[in-house]
Amino acid sequence: MPPALAIYAPIFPEIFLALAAMALLMYGVFGGDRESEVPGWLAVLILAATGALVLMQAPGAVQLFDGAVIVDDFARFMKLLILGGSGFALILSFDYLRDAKILKFEFPVIALLSTVGMMLMASANNLISLYMALELQSLALYVLCAFRRDSVLSAEAGLKYFVLGALSSGLLLYGCSLVYGFTGTMSFAGIASVLQTSGSNIGLVFGLVFILCGVAFKLSAVPFHMWTPDVYQGAPTPVTAFLAAAPKVAAFAMLIRLVEDAFPAVATDWKQIVIAVSVGSMLLGAFAAIGQTNIKRLMAYSSIGHVGYALVGIAAGTPEGVKGVMIYLAIYVVMTLGTFACILAMRRKGGHVEDIAELSGLSRHQPMLAFMLAMLLFSMAGIPPLAGFFAKYFVFTAAIQAGLFWLAVLGVLTSVVSTFYYLAIISKMYFQEPAANFEPMPGKLRFVLAVTGVITLFLFIPINLLVTAAEAAARSLF
Amino acid sequence: MNLLLADYLPLVIFFGVAMFIGLALLAAPFLIAPNHPDSEKVSAYECGFPAFDDARMKFDIRFYLVSILFIIFDLEVAFLFPWAISFKEAGLFGFWSMMGFLGVLTIGFVYEWRKGALEWD
Repeated sequence: MPPALAIYAPIFPEIFLALAAMALLMYGVFGGDRESEVPGWLAVLILAATGALVLMQAPGAVQLFDGAVIVDDFARFMKLLILGGSGFALILSFDYLRDAKILKFEFPVIALLSTVGMMLMASANNLISLYMALELQSLALYVLCAFRRDSVLSAEAGLKYFVLGALSSGLLLYGCSLVYGFTGTMSFAGIASVLQTSGSNIGLVFGLVFILCGVAFKLSAVPFHMWTPDVYQGAPTPVTAFLAAAPKVAAFAMLIRLVEDAFPAVATDWKQIVIAVSVGSMLLGAFAAIGQTNIKRLMAYSSIGHVGYALVGIAAGTPEGVKGVMIYLAIYVVMTLGTFACILAMRRKGGHVEDIAELSGLSRHQPMLAFMLAMLLFSMAGIPPLAGFFAKYFVFTAAIQAGLFWLAVLGVLTSVVSTFYYLAIISKMYFQEPAANFEPMPGKLRFVLAVTGVITLFLFIPINLLVTAAEAAARSLF
Repeated sequence: MNLLLADYLPLVIFFGVAMFIGLALLAAPFLIAPNHPDSEKVSAYECGFPAFDDARMKFDIRFYLVSILFIIFDLEVAFLFPWAISFKEAGLFGFWSMMGFLGVLTIGFVYEWRKGALEWD
């Protein structure tokens, strides 16, 4: 390798992923436009290879492109989560796409490009690279949402997501320009040092608020959550799984780096906002999900709630808080993908069904599927010793250590409320008269469900490994 | 900083006035304009004879596709001009950045060609 290229080694994973996505596009378009699973499996392989490239990197922080991109332990941890989330979501997609007759090679290509954007979001170290990465990720997701284009719901989801996403990008961009105008620099470190010396002012606070509004949109946090239920319900189910897992991780990575690296001097300002958003999300996630009859809509509200819980860790603003968020996200991705594997298994002769009532008496027909789904839902509710308990444990502990007792108490109370609707599904599956049986679960869904189920069930044994990794990664930010 | 902001006060007032006038003109017709619709008034008018069909007619999606493709290459040129002007300052890094950009664009172009997006029939 020529030495001039060697300095770019830290972002080889992203470069590789981008080039591979384009190669896959060429493979697909020259290989004839037939329905095939080959491009999808190639995409999964590419994601695995990218993950290996990330794992092979030496620890420590490196900045590239005049500080526009930073690769540190935090970024690597988040990138591995993103790659895992995208890869498993792709594995979930094959059977659904075949049923819906949209098994096209563009699907994995767009998913890969979105993943490139997400990885760069985790590495963005100035406002420009942050915006570019975010747009790459979002534009690809808009297309995926509308991928089933003969379905009105899917087209509506894509359009709604696009319009509101563009609005939020506008807010974010306006905030970026205000921050640039009042600090004179784009780089996170530069902004932090200007704030350190000259302090805050009203214009900068406006900029910060606009940026946080834009990020809250991407996170689907209250009060910018209104697109979530419609998009989650309308988008093809594997896209919903994709949307609920990896992009959340990327948005959190971006938010954490932004507030901890660029705005530590105005921590009191952004903490207020993060706390307010977190409280709103937890409350809405707990109460609005109760009346839902569509399981994808329920998952949307559930994910809003989870975003609220994870934000508690950011509100703490300590290394423990960031560690808690990272553990939360890792476990959230696993639980979400597992649950969506179960949702994708809700399939009859006529096609996929999405009503919660269809799950009635599932335990008689498919006891294993019912058990796994029940276990994942218990985990989402945070019942020990399942993984979801540890997720909440670490963020709430961090909040208590930071003196935010009431926030932790509120978190526990709302998660008790949310247990109600998780339990309602479980009681349907176990104590109601069975509805007609589902088609047998395809092997790929079984595989994803087995992996995520085993992690959820047995994470309490190697939990220390995850905690150590997250701790080391969080330390690179402080 | 405050001095700097004070300089822009006229601009704020200007926008305030502009917004007020704009909104007032927008809101006034709702309040004071006479409004007596009947079926003849609200139906489409087509040169004195009954309308053939709706004014919102369908047109070929390919027009849209062509315009989208045009925008992409339009933007490419918008990037190429400043790049060509500052070529000496941008150096080797600038050169390869643009080559990378053009490469990605070419991939997209090959894709749309193979997909038949450039063929009218």
